[in-house]
Amino acid sequence: MNKTDVLIIGAGPTGLFCAHQLGIIGLGCEIVDNLDKAGGQCIELYPDKPIYDIPAIPECTGKELTNNLLKQIKPFNFNFHLNQRVEEIKKVKDRWQVKTSDNKQFDVASIVIAGGVGSFEPRKFPVKGCEKYEGNTLFYSVKDKSIFKDKTISIFGGGDSALDWAIELSNNSKVNLIHRRDGFSGAEVSVQKVKELNNQGKINLYTKYQLNSVSGEDKINSVKIKHDEGEIKEIKSDYVLGFFGLIMQLGPILDWGLNIDKKKIEVNTENFETNIDGIFAIGDICSYPGKLKLILSGFHEGALAARGCFKYAKPDEKLRFEFTTTSKAAQERLGVKND
Amino acid sequence: MPKITYKTHDDKTHIIEVQNGLTVMEGAIQNDIPGIDADCGGGMSCSTCHVYVDEEWLDKLPAKEDGEEDMLDMAFEPKKNSRLSCQLIVSDNLDGLVVNIPSKQG
Repeated sequence: MNKTDVLIIGAGPTGLFCAHQLGIIGLGCEIVDNLDKAGGQCIELYPDKPIYDIPAIPECTGKELTNNLLKQIKPFNFNFHLNQRVEEIKKVKDRWQVKTSDNKQFDVASIVIAGGVGSFEPRKFPVKGCEKYEGNTLFYSVKDKSIFKDKTISIFGGGDSALDWAIELSNNSKVNLIHRRDGFSGAEVSVQKVKELNNQGKINLYTKYQLNSVSGEDKINSVKIKHDEGEIKEIKSDYVLGFFGLIMQLGPILDWGLNIDKKKIEVNTENFETNIDGIFAIGDICSYPGKLKLILSGFHEGALAARGCFKYAKPDEKLRFEFTTTSKAAQERLGVKND
Repeated sequence: MPKITYKTHDDKTHIIEVQNGLTVMEGAIQNDIPGIDADCGGGMSCSTCHVYVDEEWLDKLPAKEDGEEDMLDMAFEPKKNSRLSCQLIVSDNLDGLVVNIPSKQG
């Protein structure tokens, strides 16, 4: 059980800056995110795309913004719990007990939901019957590549994950790469490599095809793929891999009794608390009159929510407003050395 | 104002007047047309505003940028007439456009 003041759900820019604000006012926090790294949409959807509307930063990429936010909270040494999403929350007396999908448990005074549009989950095949094989012979990510040795693998997708795994697995497996069009979104060097391997007979490339059906008893033994023009081919497959990127799902947050309208959590604009005492929501996931889905709005919301958390963490203390330029306490927390 | 027709998966037809300059996605969101999620808010980063454009309109629309085709790879059941509605900016030329919303966005 991790006991601290605040649990932040979501390590996107809004969650990271809220952590900074908590650190400045002397509160502790732990941060949970379902991705394997901090940064949220900035790192997952547009790491290399420029952002032009962060105050005082004329231009930066999603990745640069994330790295700078991480640098800004480094002095506080907050813990990140990645690759897991929060599954359950339970009020016990004045505190919240929280459990993640990785069975990590937290005991906190308040919760800040900075979950964006939800947690990132792999996009799945639209074809009926695929779920039956999921985790057994059909996967949306690779955890243990050794199971593919000497087997026939059908990989679907045209991005970097699909191309990289097609190239990698072609060393020890028979690989079919199936994609809906002739163009690929992955790196050009990988596209060339795949085409080369296709010419050498090491990868069978099928373009303008999509998955039509899967068959097999308990495990997949073949897939049918359908061409744009309607022709159907059956290809033998021991395993199927689908790489269609990630989609955001609100998940268990829907079941916590929060006032939710159109996938957004309603909050007040005084401290961004929800209808449930001690639960705050900030960033893209919150809604209030005039809400702008901008990173800068998330920063503002995080600053106020952090102060809202204070009364739950330290009910007997009063929070005094201070500036980081002059506050000795804040500077100590930041590890600033004053001569 | 140009009229855009949104056909939802349950065979309902919504004919909406959408202001010039808004996107077909924004027209749907502002009028509570179900089935368009637009998770990323119009940044061509998520493919959850995917629509099927009526065949007769396919050639009349501005061509896709590379990034749009890349994102459509991720869409739920993409077809030849797939577009991201956040990339279709409403103008008088689009008056009468018919888009079909898929059963799911992901």
